[in-house]
Amino acid sequence: MAGLKRRHVLDLDDFSPAEITQVLDAAREMKEVLARPIKRVPALRGKTVVNMFYEASTRTRVSFELAAKNLSADVVNVTASGSSVEKGESIVDTMKTFEALGADTVVIRHAQSGVPYLAAAHTSSSVINAGDGWHAHPTQALLDLFTIREHIGHLDGLSVVIVGDVLHSRVARSDIWGLVKMGARVTLCAPHSLLPDVGDGCGDGPICTCGTHLPRVRVEPDADRAVEGADVVMALRMQKERQSGGLLPSLREYVRRYQITQARVARAKPGALVMHPGPMNEGIEIAPDVAHGAQSVIEQQVTNGVAVRMALLYLLHGEGDGAL
Amino acid sequence: MPSSSWLIVNGRIVDPGRRVDLVGDLLLCDGRVTGIVGRDCPPPEGDVERLEATGLVVAPGFVDLHCHLREPGAEHKETIRTGTLAAARGGFTTVCAMANTDPPIDSRGQVEYVQAIAASEGVVRVLPVGAVSKGLEGQELAEMGELADAGVVAFSDDGVPIRSSRVMRHALEYSRAFGLPIMPHCDDPELMAGGAMNEGPVAAVLGLRGIPAAGEEAIVARDVALAELTGGRLHVCHVSTSGAIDVIRRAKQRGVAVTAEATPHHLTLTDGWVAGVRWEGRGYPYDTNTKVNPPLRSERDRESLVAALLDGTIDAIATDHAPHASVDKLCAFDEAAFGISGLETALGAVVRLVDAGEIDLTLAIEKLTAGPCRAFGLPYGTLAPGAPADVVVFDPTHRWRVEPATFASLGKNTPYAGQELVGRVVATFYGGVPVYRDAAVARATPR
Amino acid sequence: MSVRASHSIMSGGDIRRSLARIAHEILERNHGPQGLLLLGIHTRGVPIARRLAATIGELEGTTIPCGEIDVSLSRDDVRQRPTRTVRPTRIPTDVTGANVVLVDDVLYTGRTIRAAMDVVFGYGRPRTIQLAVLVDRGHRELPIRADYVGKNVPTARSEEVRVRLTEVDAADDVTIRQVGDDGRA
Repeated sequence: MAGLKRRHVLDLDDFSPAEITQVLDAAREMKEVLARPIKRVPALRGKTVVNMFYEASTRTRVSFELAAKNLSADVVNVTASGSSVEKGESIVDTMKTFEALGADTVVIRHAQSGVPYLAAAHTSSSVINAGDGWHAHPTQALLDLFTIREHIGHLDGLSVVIVGDVLHSRVARSDIWGLVKMGARVTLCAPHSLLPDVGDGCGDGPICTCGTHLPRVRVEPDADRAVEGADVVMALRMQKERQSGGLLPSLREYVRRYQITQARVARAKPGALVMHPGPMNEGIEIAPDVAHGAQSVIEQQVTNGVAVRMALLYLLHGEGDGAL
Repeated sequence: MPSSSWLIVNGRIVDPGRRVDLVGDLLLCDGRVTGIVGRDCPPPEGDVERLEATGLVVAPGFVDLHCHLREPGAEHKETIRTGTLAAARGGFTTVCAMANTDPPIDSRGQVEYVQAIAASEGVVRVLPVGAVSKGLEGQELAEMGELADAGVVAFSDDGVPIRSSRVMRHALEYSRAFGLPIMPHCDDPELMAGGAMNEGPVAAVLGLRGIPAAGEEAIVARDVALAELTGGRLHVCHVSTSGAIDVIRRAKQRGVAVTAEATPHHLTLTDGWVAGVRWEGRGYPYDTNTKVNPPLRSERDRESLVAALLDGTIDAIATDHAPHASVDKLCAFDEAAFGISGLETALGAVVRLVDAGEIDLTLAIEKLTAGPCRAFGLPYGTLAPGAPADVVVFDPTHRWRVEPATFASLGKNTPYAGQELVGRVVATFYGGVPVYRDAAVARATPR
Repeated sequence: MSVRASHSIMSGGDIRRSLARIAHEILERNHGPQGLLLLGIHTRGVPIARRLAATIGELEGTTIPCGEIDVSLSRDDVRQRPTRTVRPTRIPTDVTGANVVLVDDVLYTGRTIRAAMDVVFGYGRPRTIQLAVLVDRGHRELPIRADYVGKNVPTARSEEVRVRLTEVDAADDVTIRQVGDDGRA
């Protein structure tokens, strides 16, 4: 088996279950590397990874930086200033500049959906999407899948509930793709104003053949009903701007109806995992005692992020047809 | 200007406005249509230029009610010259230039400016459209009387919806004196704010804010009710939703003075194209060439538009030609300008519908000629003897791949890039002079 | 690329006898089992290491620590060769101060062994690193030598040496065959 036969990682919608498994398996071994006294292997020595973060993020950026460095790659961090939106010509120009400077991989995060696709279309470097607008965050979904598999042992047949502002969540979308592809059943739980239009889809299975619909998932706006019997409860960050944007009457109402409390967690399966992509608004979408409670694997998610990103960087640099 | 005579030989002459559809020779003399030889006139004597049209269709030059020529103010996107060259390539001999230039066409001086440039640089007829409101701000009415005297054929703030119902009412009322239609861009500014594509499952998958169909339907309903109240003439621009079609259909049944247009792209494409759906192969998602306002809608909306063509709810096919420079499109989808450069693909897209059996060729030609002229009361779109010799000759079977780099328009922004269209212009005559010839297509057509 | 018939250079019995001898040699060289840490290199080095650990353990009445190493991440040819699946690296006891015996099936260019040593040094500072291989087929490209060898087999580059072990394959044997020009598999 060779590395991933792909140049870019833009979203999980075009990953096969076999590819996802390949990444998770490699991440397991990368986690072992992270447990060594010297957390460094020369696998990507001589390769250059550029982290181009148009949107600020400490956690994801540091995670990618550590992942690349652990593989002995050279890392360059570029952050765009403040919140000023970059006009697109500079995205394309920037990508061509990186290419000319010898970047093998560019990791991009941007506040607008689709920017990594624009970047990928104008470079021969590899592009990894570290989060674009509301659209996708594939590495977060992979580390979520890894964390679930690590604790429960498998993914197929699991019942996973995603609670919160799904409409504006790139984590939720990528998680939906990854979970459905690996055979899990997904329930979305949110007020209707924060749910995306999932549509009817086409064909029989949960995943459309036409590529223009999200996978079929269950929608349950009542949080108590939604979490019943779940194996995993995933809380999404509730941004305060949603309330001022008129999508919610008040945060208080959201907290009352959707906060992941101990009582709600008790309605899930015993030992169900509680997850959150971070950063958390403790007391809003998740109660502090749950966030730090026994069923929470939120901190492991962060640790696993480095291992998963190492796995991805390593597997992307495989060339050839896999003959050993 | 040389006033030669042209004989277009052995083509299928289709003039839907006069219910003419026969194979024959069309004679053009001194800038006017003399007629069909043997029917309207005898064969020509003396020197005559000949154009072989066996296997081709000969129709009145197309009339585009809705076209953005960008001059003055945005000449990097298009000029009157390049826009009219594009029109000629697309078979259009008359285009209505919208008012949202910079400065906008809201006063006599601006109208005369456009007319002067068109006269000296333009390759086909340019009819200016005047603004509804001063500065397109939607607050005070523009001086419609002065604009009408200067020669505008309609009023429109297109580009932006008319937010105030009061202003829209007054515009419809006041314009009655001039007998000219108001052409609104019907949408609700608050519902569409920040939206980049049609609201629906595709926007959900792509993580883009949507422009809901309900916005267009609501404002079309408002404007139709106001037209009924005031007796003014309403022409709904670029209808894109089945809801709006229903409103317009019922209004027409009630006798309201409303007409409507639809674009070739709304008749043939859907929001799936933003996600990369194509007829051949696959495009890449977030291709900004698919970003347009109103957005590409659902398949159900598209089918309603085609049905509305068939039952007459839609009077005209208009391109809403909206060229942009590459810097305005080569960016994040949210940031990109809205618009499709459509003059040179209009015929090919519409004949593709014919080829697919959704409409017939005569109807398609009618919606490009007699239909628009009826809606605006224009004396064009006809091959009647004595009419201006505005003629398009095209091959309805020619299959060709769209290469935007070869466009005469400065705007290369088209979702049809690399796709196959059916139907291509062989020659366009404006005032009896051939303003466009495509030798390659002419050669390729089997005789 | 023509592949002709292979012929056997070690039978199952030959393998058994060689490994028995190597086990004794390891004990002799290290003056007993203390401090020994056997590390098999994926893939077929792993079962060989386990067999050696078992044999040594029986001889001395004790349990010999035995682990596995994957060298994929430390190879020097990641750019030239396809990325491989990363298999487990599990080292059961502390490397520092141990007498590490790397175990592999075939010693050829020596690059795999160099990468394996890199992995070991990532865990600590061994007292010694020794190398046991079932077959040494020559053509070293680095200054690496085996301490314990089952069989020396001079080969041409156009030949392929194939070790089969019942833990992984259907049988126990070592065969050699022509594979043409540059026999790298």
